[in-house]
Amino acid sequence: MDDVKKLEAFQAKIDAEIKIEPKDWMPDGYRKTLIRQISQHAHSEIVGMLPEGNWITRAPSLKRKMGLLAKVQDEAGHGLYLYSAAETLGTSRDEMFDQLHTGKAKYSSIFNYPTVSWADIGAIGWLVDGAAIMNQVMLTRASYGPYARAMVRICKEESFHQRQGYEIMMVLAKGTPEQKQMAQDSLNRFWWPSLMMFGPSDAESKHSAQSMAWKIKRKSNDELRQAFVDASIAQIEYLGLELPDPELKWNEERGHYDFGAIDWNEFWKVVKGGGVCNKSRIKARKKAWAEGEWVREAAMAHAEKRAERAAKN
Amino acid sequence: MNKQDALFEYLLRIADNALILGHRISEWCGHGPTLETDIGMTNIALDYIGHARNLYQYAVEIEGKNRTEDDLAYSRDTTAFKNLLLVEQPNEDFAYTIVRQFIFDSFNYHFFDALQSSSDERLVGIAKKSIKEIAYHYRWSAEWIIRLGDGTTESHKKIQEALDEMWMYSGECFNADAIDNQLLEAGIGVDLAAVKSKFDTRVSDILKQATLTLPTEEWMQEGGKQGNHTEHFGFILTELQWMQRAYPDMEW
Ligand SMILES: [Fe+2]
Ligand SMILES: [Fe+2]
Repeated sequence: MDDVKKLEAFQAKIDAEIKIEPKDWMPDGYRKTLIRQISQHAHSEIVGMLPEGNWITRAPSLKRKMGLLAKVQDEAGHGLYLYSAAETLGTSRDEMFDQLHTGKAKYSSIFNYPTVSWADIGAIGWLVDGAAIMNQVMLTRASYGPYARAMVRICKEESFHQRQGYEIMMVLAKGTPEQKQMAQDSLNRFWWPSLMMFGPSDAESKHSAQSMAWKIKRKSNDELRQAFVDASIAQIEYLGLELPDPELKWNEERGHYDFGAIDWNEFWKVVKGGGVCNKSRIKARKKAWAEGEWVREAAMAHAEKRAERAAKN
Repeated sequence: MNKQDALFEYLLRIADNALILGHRISEWCGHGPTLETDIGMTNIALDYIGHARNLYQYAVEIEGKNRTEDDLAYSRDTTAFKNLLLVEQPNEDFAYTIVRQFIFDSFNYHFFDALQSSSDERLVGIAKKSIKEIAYHYRWSAEWIIRLGDGTTESHKKIQEALDEMWMYSGECFNADAIDNQLLEAGIGVDLAAVKSKFDTRVSDILKQATLTLPTEEWMQEGGKQGNHTEHFGFILTELQWMQRAYPDMEW
């Protein structure tokens, strides 16, 4: 079969909602897009462990400490599923780590914002995991089988994280004035970066159209962002907190909330490395990797010795 | 000491070990040598905090002063904590962390195993609930000792050095004081001498597989069980208790 026919057959499969599996033929671009997107997603899970992990030793109660430990552990697990899904496309975890460490691969920019109060743990669970879910629910139907299946497992845990985060915010919002202020302050800092998580407007997103045709993506960045805003407003009102957007207004005609303009300069600044924590996040990952080298080597050497001994017996 | 007070102290010691070691291991979260060890260590930290909570909840009932598990974790100062010196030692690197874990698990598993035959039903319940997880820790740290000892020349050297340095904290696990003796006689507590002999067998078996040498430390360090801690301890509390100290009497 020549390439044109292969391509046609491939697209026909996608149009018929038949999942693409690792051994199936796929165009290079499809493979590259998926590797880029899945590894970026995996990196986000493990870099995301840092801002939250930051608060484990300071969690304000034993119950909260366990909740946070369990959440961060889940995120590490998500990283593991996603790296495995990306590996089915012919890349290795070491290669992907290398790309993260050298800055070639990106991760979600939201994790370049610092967690400075306990309320940030609530806000991240509620808003950041919440925004991630919007995207991930869509990805459970992605055309690439291993990715879609990883997403099904991940989504279940993410909705638990979101509930846990919202519940942290609820306790703060209904707590003392100091606690309420802590919650408000955190909402102010995380609201706009959460909206930026959906990526640039569709008109400016260079990968969107092709990803839609390949059914890696099924909704546009703007559609997902709107759905997130619409879902969040009632939650903010229920908390009794103020939304840090004076332009937010219900639009009867559209049946959606209108919201203020996103500061895309800030978005690109943080994406390109200019956020408060960009450098420290990568530094922390590189340090862990470098300091763990002797451990990984020892584990490998020991496994080899074992295999040799087993072969002799 | 009356039996109730002695039991309260006894529970604190076991719970504080779990809380403080859980705290130390949780410091690794996000910084482990592989994603798998990161997950493993976070899981172990989670187990310990869970054990600490079960024990604190029982301790405050025994005490009967309307305190909560969080009061015990967040409102006591250094000398009121009764954990072993071993568990408060810093992570340093993966070798130290694994050695600390191995010494503690080799003690803790046999301790909890024996606790399952206590005459105190609540303690038996807690021990039975925790023993599966502790058995997993016991395997996990021993496997790492073997891997690192019988791995590369570098890993062998690192783990032997860590073992030599940490060994002085192993003796305290088996130091029976008046409270241990009182509860042992009452059929509630564990016979530490019996735990020690199981510990010795286990440790020498694993070290042999790991091609490591049992340290011959002359001086053992002790005192944590009576509230005399090392300099590291205050810094643990500084982090652990900060929120509760800065914002007292609030719900979280
Ligand atoms: Fe996740
Ligand atoms: Fe999550």
